[in-house]
Amino acid sequence: MSESFEESLAVLEESVQRLEAGDLKLEEALEVFEKGVAASRACGQWLDQTRERVQVLTADAEGQFRLSFLDDEDDQ
Amino acid sequence: MSFQEPVFWTDAEDAAHRPYSVSEITSQVKGLLEENLPKCWVEGEISQYNHHSSGHRYFTLKDNASQLSAVMFKWQAGSLSFSPQQGMQVQVYGHISVYERGGKYQFYAEQLKPAGVGELAIAFEQLKNRLETEGLFAEDRKRPLPPYPRKIGVVTSPTGAAIRDIIQVLDRRAPDIEIVLCPARVQGEEAAAEIAEAIASLNQLDDIDVLIVGRGGGAPEDLWPFNDESVARAIHQSPQPVISAVGHEIDYTIADYVADCRAPTPSAAAEMVARERSVLRERVAEQQGRLLAEMEHYLNSLEERLRHCDPSRLCARLDDRLQQQNLHLDERRQALSTSFDWFLRTQVEALANATTRLDDLSPLTSLARGFALVEHVANKRLVRDSNELQPGDKLQLRFRRGGAICCVEEKLDE
Repeated sequence: MSESFEESLAVLEESVQRLEAGDLKLEEALEVFEKGVAASRACGQWLDQTRERVQVLTADAEGQFRLSFLDDEDDQ
Repeated sequence: MSFQEPVFWTDAEDAAHRPYSVSEITSQVKGLLEENLPKCWVEGEISQYNHHSSGHRYFTLKDNASQLSAVMFKWQAGSLSFSPQQGMQVQVYGHISVYERGGKYQFYAEQLKPAGVGELAIAFEQLKNRLETEGLFAEDRKRPLPPYPRKIGVVTSPTGAAIRDIIQVLDRRAPDIEIVLCPARVQGEEAAAEIAEAIASLNQLDDIDVLIVGRGGGAPEDLWPFNDESVARAIHQSPQPVISAVGHEIDYTIADYVADCRAPTPSAAAEMVARERSVLRERVAEQQGRLLAEMEHYLNSLEERLRHCDPSRLCARLDDRLQQQNLHLDERRQALSTSFDWFLRTQVEALANATTRLDDLSPLTSLARGFALVEHVANKRLVRDSNELQPGDKLQLRFRRGGAICCVEEKLDE
């Protein structure tokens, strides 16, 4: 999913507005509607994501960065 | 100076017949000092501060008349909440003892704190003023927080309350936001450098949307690393917007002034970063509902238009149209005939007028009234002037009915 939530939400809102304006041909209206539905779905997917565990960024002796997962000992 | 019997010498007989070794006398001095001077606080100014590679801190405390050597071992230096500097007024807790190898007495420090808040407050104000003048706090360089960050960087202690609070808030509000923690100590001597370095490290990752830099609440001196210039600079240079979250509701740290945004606590910072997903969901659902409703509305309106195109309705409308046209045509026709009638009437009138006028001009009309036409018989011309005549000329007179030939007897002048 390349678009950000912000972009998807904007597409969704714009689709609603264009349909509301009511000056579209049928083909255009269907196209706008489909775009809106896709954007709405993208928003939902964005919101439904869950992160993996918290990552920790550390640098090793050579100054190379490394990401590892935080041991969440508190959870157990 | 006369010899005095040492008061601490318990075995008077031994003392009488042999001298002390250096170790013995040193040990006696050490014992004497330790027994008679219990642990205490000493206040003075730091000079010659040396952070030795062994981890121990060696320094000298002085006032305007005296000096006191002091040492703080590394296992105690771990509790330092600030970075001692030469010239700083401090209070040190510990005891006096003798370093036997060196044969000198010194102060063994266990705790070290700034003497009063005065010094720190002054340093704080100075740094604040300097950075402010330099423009690090300028409102117009504060960047807005990204509204929907995907990934946030956190600089704090991996074991402190701050990271736990942040994770907890995000788990509740926005379990999708990824967290990258770059660990740094948040109190003590090394803290400022580690915080600054951690910010710079997170700056290397290009997918981090916003940084939270902070720690949980603590005493003013615990928050001191956040008043450090290196931290201020690191925040200022961060390409990602930075939220400061130093757990203290009231006091502002330098970090708070430089950051793009200040949160009173780490939890509050997490809340700023993450809009309630439930609210966002509602907004998406609302828009989706409107989209469906609008589409339905649109299709209904099309259907409505189609219904207008029903053949029977179309026929009726056509009839209606024809009728309208007929009425119109009738009207026109009527108007035409009216205007033609009028035209005819005016023509007839004009003709009558002309005829009347023509009658008026006709010579027959004059003859009828008793006038006569006089014609020269010789040249058939009408006579209008007696000068045209000679006595003896023959004239033909024409009356309304019939005529006569006359002869000019005499010419009469006017």
